[in-house]
Amino acid sequence: MFSRDRWNEIIEALTANWFRTLLTAFGVCWGIFILVILLAAGKGLENGVKQGFGDIATNTMFMWTQVASKPYKGLPKGRRFNFKIDDVTSIREKVPGLLYISPRNQLGGFGGTDNVVRGLNTGAFNVYGDYPEIINQDPITITSGRFINYGDIDNSRKVAVIGEGVKKELFKIGEEPIGEYIKIKGVNFMVIGTYMKKSNNGDREQGQNEIFVPFTSFSQAFNQADNVGWMAITAQDDQSITKLKKNIIDVMKTNHTIHPEDNRAIGNFDLYQEFSKINGLFIALRGVAYFVGVLVLLSGIIGISNIMLIVVKERTKEIGIRRALGASPWSIRGQILLESIFLTIISGMTGIAVSTGVILLVNKILDGIPADNETMFANPSVDLTVVFVALFILITSGLLAGLIPAQVAIKTKPIDALRAE
Amino acid sequence: MGSNSLHVLKGINFNVNEGELVAIMGSSGSGKSTLLNILGMLDEADSGSYFLDNIPIKNLNEKIAARYRNKFLGFIFQSFNLINYKNALDNVAMPLYYQGIKRKERTDKALHYLEKVGLADWATHLPNELSGGQKQRVAIARALASEPKVLLADEPTGALDTKTSYEVMELIQGINDEGKTILIVTHEEDIAHMTKRIVNLKDGLIIDDGIVEQVRAKSYV
Repeated sequence: MFSRDRWNEIIEALTANWFRTLLTAFGVCWGIFILVILLAAGKGLENGVKQGFGDIATNTMFMWTQVASKPYKGLPKGRRFNFKIDDVTSIREKVPGLLYISPRNQLGGFGGTDNVVRGLNTGAFNVYGDYPEIINQDPITITSGRFINYGDIDNSRKVAVIGEGVKKELFKIGEEPIGEYIKIKGVNFMVIGTYMKKSNNGDREQGQNEIFVPFTSFSQAFNQADNVGWMAITAQDDQSITKLKKNIIDVMKTNHTIHPEDNRAIGNFDLYQEFSKINGLFIALRGVAYFVGVLVLLSGIIGISNIMLIVVKERTKEIGIRRALGASPWSIRGQILLESIFLTIISGMTGIAVSTGVILLVNKILDGIPADNETMFANPSVDLTVVFVALFILITSGLLAGLIPAQVAIKTKPIDALRAE
Repeated sequence: MGSNSLHVLKGINFNVNEGELVAIMGSSGSGKSTLLNILGMLDEADSGSYFLDNIPIKNLNEKIAARYRNKFLGFIFQSFNLINYKNALDNVAMPLYYQGIKRKERTDKALHYLEKVGLADWATHLPNELSGGQKQRVAIARALASEPKVLLADEPTGALDTKTSYEVMELIQGINDEGKTILIVTHEEDIAHMTKRIVNLKDGLIIDDGIVEQVRAKSYV
């Protein structure tokens, strides 16, 4: 089957009519081109949108307290309550499968008043009281110094990790911030590190204007006692936070004497669920790409089948001669099938090569756009799986395209084939 | 195709010995080509038996028929039936390809037979670069290449002028002289008389079968 002679035969047969072969090949080439480009475009859109999520751990939920909406055990509705630091331990004990539970507190916010002072410079920044684990849940890149550690937590050290944006506003260019003090709401904190953050929910600027201080010193300095503003909870990799969410909230309801059916008392945002929704969208998009691409490819394949039929018709006499000389039906059939598969694969591979070339070009252009610009499109690409899937589709379709012509080729008796003019 | 069948051959009984050169003659529709096609396993008889070198040829499926054709038979057609996009050498090598012979050996053999028909210098020419006589000689080389037991020629000179016909017949006689069994279908008297035995067919029956004095084609050339 893979002898040199066989291939010579195929090449000879296909090059006998160059122009027709090229036109036929173009159909399949175009089909696979469309398929790959559609898949890559879908992937590019997916990458672009997911980039908006930044590096945040997606198996994560955020949980905060709202107002009790049902009276329970003698407590009135409309009651306000706070998570306490002990809640963290009780969640950890009662809900297995969780990776990180980070209690957080926050100062300031969008459009807040100036709350941070250094010398003559002031600025309004978000200040977070955090545990060291938060860096694993909402990753930032430390550009100098270090992040908060448990030593800082245990000793309630008044230290701060500031964003590059904060550094720009409070320090002169070239000035070394580490070891310097900044005044947050009148309390001095020593800068121990600076960081950079990738995009977060499409707000790159905001991400650099944050200050992280140890949770314990935050509570102390800003009179939070053992209150917890909200929690960021990440499940282990093999667990789904969406499934664990209910258990966690139930534990909180018990701890804070909330009616079990009070769904409004504890607010939450399930990142995983949001992420799944978007994932679903892209799976659908990929489905559409395959659907359209394969259909376009199909018309190319019908073209091949058509041409092979014509070729067989044209070569009826030749096939008759070959059979008179002793070609077995299978050798004829195999010849037609191989020709069809070969033509399909060659043209398909050309299509893949051209489309990846186009993708490369698009990537080059996208790379040229400054990184600060938020685009909804990033790194369009196809992985090797797609190429293999395409290859599989090509071989199958080449086989299908050749099947009918091959059957036609051997259906005619050699004597009739010889008589054909 | 149609529901009414036509019986072309109505009882043919004849025997060809090794080394014979037989002409099958008859007017159009006498069944001579049909006979040759049955002998060539291109067609099958409705009834009767056919032995080739003591092997019964019956109940052939296409696969076996193809193998027998390849091993036992060489065909020479009126319209040469060369493959247009293959050069003379490759055309001659074709039956060897289907025998599964290696490329090198195939080329050597094919070249040998091309030499035998005097066309070694034309080995790399395509059929449309050859004259009719040359094409037929390539076809003869092709028929010989697989070293068949029998050569079957269907109007081998039908498309050639007289001079070329005699040249081709001279070649065929030479091959027969070497001991090859050859059957020629023809309706030309002069060609028939260049064989050693003439079988006359009419309406599907043998009306005459006799040894003739062979006229050497050489005397005409």
